Amino acid sequence: MTINQAKNGSKLTVALEGRLDTTTAPQLEEVVHTALDGVTDLEFNFAQLEYVSSAGLRVLLAAQKIMNKQGSMIIHNASSNLMDIFEVTGFSDILTIE
Amino acid sequence: MKVLKVPASDDRLYEVQDFVNAELEENDCPMATQFLIEVSLEELFVNISHYAYPEGNGWTEIHVGVEGGVMELTLIDGGIPFDPLAKPDPDVTLLAEDRQIGGLGIYMVKQKMDDIEYERKDGKNVLTIRKKLA
Repeated sequence: MTINQAKNGSKLTVALEGRLDTTTAPQLEEVVHTALDGVTDLEFNFAQLEYVSSAGLRVLLAAQKIMNKQGSMIIHNASSNLMDIFEVTGFSDILTIE
Repeated sequence: MKVLKVPASDDRLYEVQDFVNAELEENDCPMATQFLIEVSLEELFVNISHYAYPEGNGWTEIHVGVEGGVMELTLIDGGIPFDPLAKPDPDVTLLAEDRQIGGLGIYMVKQKMDDIEYERKDGKNVLTIRKKLA
């Protein structure tokens, strides 16, 4: 998985490319735990994200909990495969997906 | 049925998924179905690699086949008895703050596969999922 971050003031955009799974989720966890200080506006771009499993959901939930305290988090461009996973797990109700 | 035996270790995940994907592609599995099977396989395989062998150094055997348009996938391990179906389903309606992530993987498998069965047989955990391919 490739993670591309772009920061503009208190806005952070994180684009994920590839697979967010058991073996790659720790990479995103690292970003969530180190890059969100002072961020009020977190945007994920999932246009190039092909796959997500529960290991990835766990990290997205952690990010959402942090952003609930300090701002907002939005997910863009999730594929229909990813939407299927978000919907069956009820994550479509706790994440903001546009 | 094709069979692959690997160490029960996360770093074998892609090898296991490639093995099953090859069988699905040979049987013209629709992409969306293949994706769901791939995620289900990860959840089951990783469950074994994380919990079946508390002492470490275990194995998992993966059996996959397609017959009459139905894929059957079985994971076998020689670890401690563990029935993933015995756990209650997580509440998927809770707010983010109250969400528990444990059990979510198995819940997805139960929701997205047509059939899931667990058996403790000859000192082994035997877990089978089935999914109609079209």
